[in-house]
Amino acid sequence: MGVPVRRFDAVIVGGGGAGLRAALQLSESGLKTAVLSKVFPTRSHTVAAQGGISASLGNVQEDHWEWHMYDTVKGSDWLGDQDAIEYMCRKAPEAVIELEHFGMPFDRLENGKIYQRPFGGHTQHNGKTPVQRACAAADRTGHAMLHTLYQRNVRANTQFFVEWMALDLIRDADGDVVGVTALEMETGEIYIFHAKAVLFATGGAGRIYSASTNAFINTGDGLGMAVRAGLPLEDMEFWQFHPTGVAGAGVLITEGVRGEGGILLNADGERFMERYAPNLKDLAPRDFVSRSMELEVLEGRGCGPHKDYVLLKLDHLGPDIINQRLPGIREIAIKFAGVDPIKDPIPVIPTCHYMMGGIPTNWRGEVVMPKGGDPESRVNGFYAAGECACASVHGANRLGTNSLLDLVVFGKSAGDHMIDYIRGEMPDWKPLPADAAGPSLARIARLDNQTGGEDVAEVRAAMQRTVQSRAGVFRNAANMALGVEEIAAVAERAKFTQIKDKSKVFNTARTEALELDNLIEIAVATLVAADGRKESRGAHAHDDFPHRDDENWMKHSLFFGEGRRMEYKPVHTRPLTVDYIPPKERTF
Amino acid sequence: MSDFDPVEMKRMRWRSRRGLLELDLVLERFLARRFDTLTGDQLLAYRTLLDLPDTDFLEVVNGKVDLDAPELMEIVDMLRAI
Repeated sequence: MGVPVRRFDAVIVGGGGAGLRAALQLSESGLKTAVLSKVFPTRSHTVAAQGGISASLGNVQEDHWEWHMYDTVKGSDWLGDQDAIEYMCRKAPEAVIELEHFGMPFDRLENGKIYQRPFGGHTQHNGKTPVQRACAAADRTGHAMLHTLYQRNVRANTQFFVEWMALDLIRDADGDVVGVTALEMETGEIYIFHAKAVLFATGGAGRIYSASTNAFINTGDGLGMAVRAGLPLEDMEFWQFHPTGVAGAGVLITEGVRGEGGILLNADGERFMERYAPNLKDLAPRDFVSRSMELEVLEGRGCGPHKDYVLLKLDHLGPDIINQRLPGIREIAIKFAGVDPIKDPIPVIPTCHYMMGGIPTNWRGEVVMPKGGDPESRVNGFYAAGECACASVHGANRLGTNSLLDLVVFGKSAGDHMIDYIRGEMPDWKPLPADAAGPSLARIARLDNQTGGEDVAEVRAAMQRTVQSRAGVFRNAANMALGVEEIAAVAERAKFTQIKDKSKVFNTARTEALELDNLIEIAVATLVAADGRKESRGAHAHDDFPHRDDENWMKHSLFFGEGRRMEYKPVHTRPLTVDYIPPKERTF
Repeated sequence: MSDFDPVEMKRMRWRSRRGLLELDLVLERFLARRFDTLTGDQLLAYRTLLDLPDTDFLEVVNGKVDLDAPELMEIVDMLRAI
């Protein structure tokens, strides 16, 4: 039985900020453009971005894109590619003003210009003094961006396929990308989307961790598809964490709680931060507190049935301080931890927030991979932007408010280069390979016919526990080597997941099983890449190699699914128009 | 239980996946504990709530904002209590 084929000039997978920005560029140029999204586009995870979008507009204080570039290079701990970073920071003012012209309701100064607020890590004069660079729409910047871009896309006649899940990338015999397969959730039918160019804007994969601030939809579908299609993933050892998320939920407890006198306790009731940081104790820097918390868990002093969290004690502050100075914390604790912090401590654990790695791209949004001696040969017809892509602007650690900027700058850049490719190099569609939907149909058939297999939720939980305990914030050689073995065993189990509901229409169990196929590829990549990097840089803090090693390790990692092997490629040290920013010790 | 269209109920289950983790967590519990026992009118009310933008929906669930729609508040109260 033939699989129905739909044909578009461009197909975009993912309806968040990056996907919508790219789609707008393509549709406005007159190309026939489809956006596939698992959920309604304005419910993408971009909606969770509150902090703002940075741009050196200089509306409040003097600012220059070169200073923004310096901060981003330093934040990346010199793993970011300086051509891509220059491109993003140079384009930032134009990108924000464009959003303003699209109707995005930014907060304003009295003179009518966009208001800018301070944000950690953003400075004047290359690190000298803080600068107000973040543009925001109250605490709803991501929400406002999504709505603005969605409306523009409707006007530009972008065709939306809402509640469709992309399953696999289609590459032909030349390795060129010619489309994707996708599942229409409402019918359970599989379609082929035949395209001249495909863009992945599928977001992050924070759900590989048991403690994550990411929404349930953040299952890294684009990365899973890329690995299955033989493409590498870049810098997957780098994940950003917050120290205190509610264990088992992921909702963040502000660091202000410790500022007000909240203390961390292990299973023995010991205030363990006194041991790690005798002076600063619970107010030691964020990374240090996170690693100490995880070390307590790893050494068996965690709390709860799995001994996998520590406790944040507040009750000694008294109800008045808790209610007055920490509004909302009590509600969060009651709702998501099931404890009233006036009486009982809150279970907390370092919580994953952002994925710095992803599908390797350049500043044009083109996906690149090693081929014939070129470490960055273009994969024809394939583009990626946003959190799923690794351009790489965030390097080993992301600066706050640079993620929304990444979405719009590289969404637009990818859109422009897709237009050039489609108009300049692709007068017609390349033929689909025989059996283009074969791998997707086989995966669905495997799920439908599986007997004696394991429950999806159990395997997912095993994966999340492994990634959390072996590739969290505390990392050493022995622990990561164990993690590589353990995740390989979990990946075997994931091949035999079983679902009870075999129905076709809106089968959420099937969707979750397919999402697990993607998550597991990313979990393996994370463990193998982390185990491989013998230095500490940015978010990758290796206890056996506590220093940054520029001589041997100032390079990007590339994980390949086949053989689960690693390769490495150089960091781009040549910006587009300005001088290279050489590495320095990273002090703040 | 109601004679609500079972396909529509499955669609509502999927639409309970949101862009914000806090909503995911609350709606996941609601689906597990309350959803299958809702009446037809309650299901209609829940479907209306699912059409809210995430940021507005979360403010309603957190009790920061009330809706000027008495027919929805029964479900809102369930979500707040869960």
